[in-house]
Amino acid sequence: MTKADDHPLLSVRNLRTYFHTFSGTVKAVDGVSFDIGQGEVMGLVGESGGGKSVVGFSILGLIDSPGRIEDGEILLNGKDLVTAGEAALRDIRGRNVSMVFQDPMTSLNPLHTVGRQMDEVLRLHTDLDARARHVACIEMLESVGISRASERLKSYPHQFSGGMRQRVVIAIALLARPGLIIADEPTTALDVTIQSQILKLMRQQIAEKGASMILITHDLAVVSEMADHITVLYCGKVVERGLTRDLISAPSHPYTRGLIASIPDATDRQDRLSQIPGSVPDIRNLPMGCNFRERCPRAQALCAQQEPELMPQHGSLRAACHFPLAPGDTA
Amino acid sequence: MASFFASEFFHNYKRSSSAIIGSALMISFAFAVLVGPFLVAQNPYDIASLNLMDSYKPPMWLPGGEAQFPLGTDGQGRDVWASILYGARISLFIGVVAMVASCFIGTVLGLIAGFYGGIVDSVIMRIADIQLSFPSILIALFLMSAVGTGVDKVLIALTAVGWVVYARTVRGSTLSEIEKEYVQAARVAGLPNHKIIRKHVLPNVLTPLIVIATIQVGTFVLIEASLSFLGVGVPITQPSLGLLIKNGFDVLFSGLWWTSVFPGVAIMMLVFGINLFGDFLRDELNPRLK
Amino acid sequence: MTTGETPILEVRDLEMHFPIGGGILDRLRVGVRGISLDNPVVHAVNGVSFKIARGEIMALVGESGCGKSTVAKTIARIYQPTGGEIHVEGQDIAGMGFSDLLPVRARMQMIFQDPYASLNPRQRVRDIVAEPLLEQTKDAQARKEVPRRIEELLARVGLNAEHAGRYPHQFSGGQRQRIGIARALSVTPGLIIADEPVSALDVSIQAQILNLMSDLRDEFGLAYLFISHDLSVVNHIADQIGVMYLGFLVEHGPRDALFSKPRHPYTRALLSAAPSIKEKRDTEEIVLSGEVPSALELPSGCCFRTRCPFAWDRCATERPQLQDVGEGQTVACHLIDAPERDTA
Repeated sequence: MTKADDHPLLSVRNLRTYFHTFSGTVKAVDGVSFDIGQGEVMGLVGESGGGKSVVGFSILGLIDSPGRIEDGEILLNGKDLVTAGEAALRDIRGRNVSMVFQDPMTSLNPLHTVGRQMDEVLRLHTDLDARARHVACIEMLESVGISRASERLKSYPHQFSGGMRQRVVIAIALLARPGLIIADEPTTALDVTIQSQILKLMRQQIAEKGASMILITHDLAVVSEMADHITVLYCGKVVERGLTRDLISAPSHPYTRGLIASIPDATDRQDRLSQIPGSVPDIRNLPMGCNFRERCPRAQALCAQQEPELMPQHGSLRAACHFPLAPGDTA
Repeated sequence: MASFFASEFFHNYKRSSSAIIGSALMISFAFAVLVGPFLVAQNPYDIASLNLMDSYKPPMWLPGGEAQFPLGTDGQGRDVWASILYGARISLFIGVVAMVASCFIGTVLGLIAGFYGGIVDSVIMRIADIQLSFPSILIALFLMSAVGTGVDKVLIALTAVGWVVYARTVRGSTLSEIEKEYVQAARVAGLPNHKIIRKHVLPNVLTPLIVIATIQVGTFVLIEASLSFLGVGVPITQPSLGLLIKNGFDVLFSGLWWTSVFPGVAIMMLVFGINLFGDFLRDELNPRLK
Repeated sequence: MTTGETPILEVRDLEMHFPIGGGILDRLRVGVRGISLDNPVVHAVNGVSFKIARGEIMALVGESGCGKSTVAKTIARIYQPTGGEIHVEGQDIAGMGFSDLLPVRARMQMIFQDPYASLNPRQRVRDIVAEPLLEQTKDAQARKEVPRRIEELLARVGLNAEHAGRYPHQFSGGQRQRIGIARALSVTPGLIIADEPVSALDVSIQAQILNLMSDLRDEFGLAYLFISHDLSVVNHIADQIGVMYLGFLVEHGPRDALFSKPRHPYTRALLSAAPSIKEKRDTEEIVLSGEVPSALELPSGCCFRTRCPFAWDRCATERPQLQDVGEGQTVACHLIDAPERDTA
């Protein structure tokens, strides 16, 4: 973290991305800030509707109408991406920032061979000649664990299985040696044994290439094994963030605590899972004060009146809660 | 009903000028067809009300025109305006009835093909393929030469070709519906097939048909006009818009243009209105475009 | 499971093979020996046997394509099995026709995976929940009782009476799953087949639904056949667990035995691959290479040998059978006979 504070690779400041729909304005991302240092993995966690994918799309400048970035800065190496033009963003995508999606089929073109799609990335973002590009593609496929790489370059995406396809997507994401990879639920569609292969691969590749990663997922278990620090989103706002070990072992926000407690654990069985009551409020019609108060066991009158700010808590944690948990607190 | 005016559909409708123009055209035609004949003095098919002295009067704004015949008259002294009102009635009747019949037959066959699959499916869909390879004009020609002309023959000819598009659409949607878990839930609930089709499949395959049905009325009006123009459509005693064009066509180049041009404009406006509204519906009802 | 009592569900050698390949023209093959018809078959379930006692929860786990959902849907008789027996309270329903199945539907119901696709978007909640019950209730007098019963059911699963007139799209995923549960409960079944009932839900909602299902089991003495890919969910809820791979049951036993002493290499790999927020246990980590082979052409011998780190020549020639290893645990693996090869 200290390294990150000096000169973060990516610094998101007060990002607001709204969608203006017929039934009202959806504040999908509402004042989100975080930093990622060189070589760090940040987990961006939340439930569906939390706005975590929209953060990823906002960084890449891929927000389409009726959505719009209303406010905030996205500084990549000190350069603001929000005000950058489409041409500059196109250059940044793939070269400086690349993305891995949940469904590998959406990021691969079914009509072109894998080799052609990999070659295109290199042609756009490097000065290598055709021969050097071909060698680079083969090396990259081999490094993500695809054997007979020179033959597989001639295959089409549908000729790969789901896990292999995700390896191809990761290979493409890493090709131009980007400084930042945004992985949006990269293993959610995969089986658990394949998931562990892919996670291991991502961890190893990122360490090898010295890249940073934003891992967007709903799965706290995956994030706890992968990330250096975690940012938890609820209704488009950061409710808690901090180093992984602090946040998982002693969260200070009741929502984080509820999320962790409701995971059934394969190694330790309770008779009854603790649950967060109710469901996520309608994001077009959020309650006054704290968004979580209607589901929160610690809510008091203050929570209905005033929205909590992100404040330092124990350890490395910062949480937006009027009545945060101290380590060892129950309920 | 109040919820309809507050809906997104109505909101988008208000902002789409093509939808408003299209529906205005459709509504004025519906109005003309329903009450028009009561608004004109002359029934063009009542021989007694015709006067040969009035033949080939030009439209009222041309020299020799009379206010009594705003769009002029034809060779029998029929008011062109009145003929259009009566003719649009027949054209629309044929278009709508053939559409309803096609929709009914096509939907039933599509549901059966999609739900039961196998041989039934193959047979129905191969018949559909064969039907599609015959133009409706050819089928009409066959029918007319075998059993003579008439509105019912035109309806049969149009329906024989028109059902295929519904059958294909419904079959496709049915195939994706029966994979859905609520259909499986209905099986586990113990519902017999006919109830599953009626309660769970049918209501969920109808939406795309609204667009097809709307645009098909326009298509049918046009096909019927071509058939009538070729002389294999409606009989002379029930002149549709198409037959009016044909009747006027003989004298078109003698300078008596109004007898066929005005019915032509009427067809154009009708079909244009239907297509404008149909395109709006397609955009609104297609979830992929949202 | 006490002996002597008829199990609520007993499945013997269940087999479900799906023919694929569309119409006759697509399958026609013209070769040197003349014309033949191709008959490709997906071997989705290849001889699965187990028993569930009253009030017991049996889980089937495995990865996608292992046939666990097909087992569920075949037992629920959405599919007609191609082989084997399905005894519900002692009565074989595998070959039953539509009208014979109707009374069975009152004893066995199902909960589905996708809370969005499992409710007809054009039906009101009260009609959705009443559907199984109305099929069972033909008497006009008894039908008058149905609306009151629907209200009770909705209240029991945590919804209220005013929800009955709404449509599914007005509810969140968790609420929809509650509606699906109320529908299954409407005929007071003894067995509920739950096909991945929580895998589409957010984790906080997942806990609500799992707790509801446990409460209902205690309250009504329900038995569940619980299908899941998530070992932590299964460990939380199940009494006994079957692990499936490529349509075969490869390991089966009481939960504690299976989690503390997994014997089959596949079970061990699954357990070690499951991510956890707790510090990793010090157990051996079996990492699988490759992916599941096609169910169109099963490998010879053991179906798992193509990914198994221990496989040797015997595994390619002889298909292992389930054998008892004590404490009610059964395993289909040749390693049981050759423990010296287990080097992990």
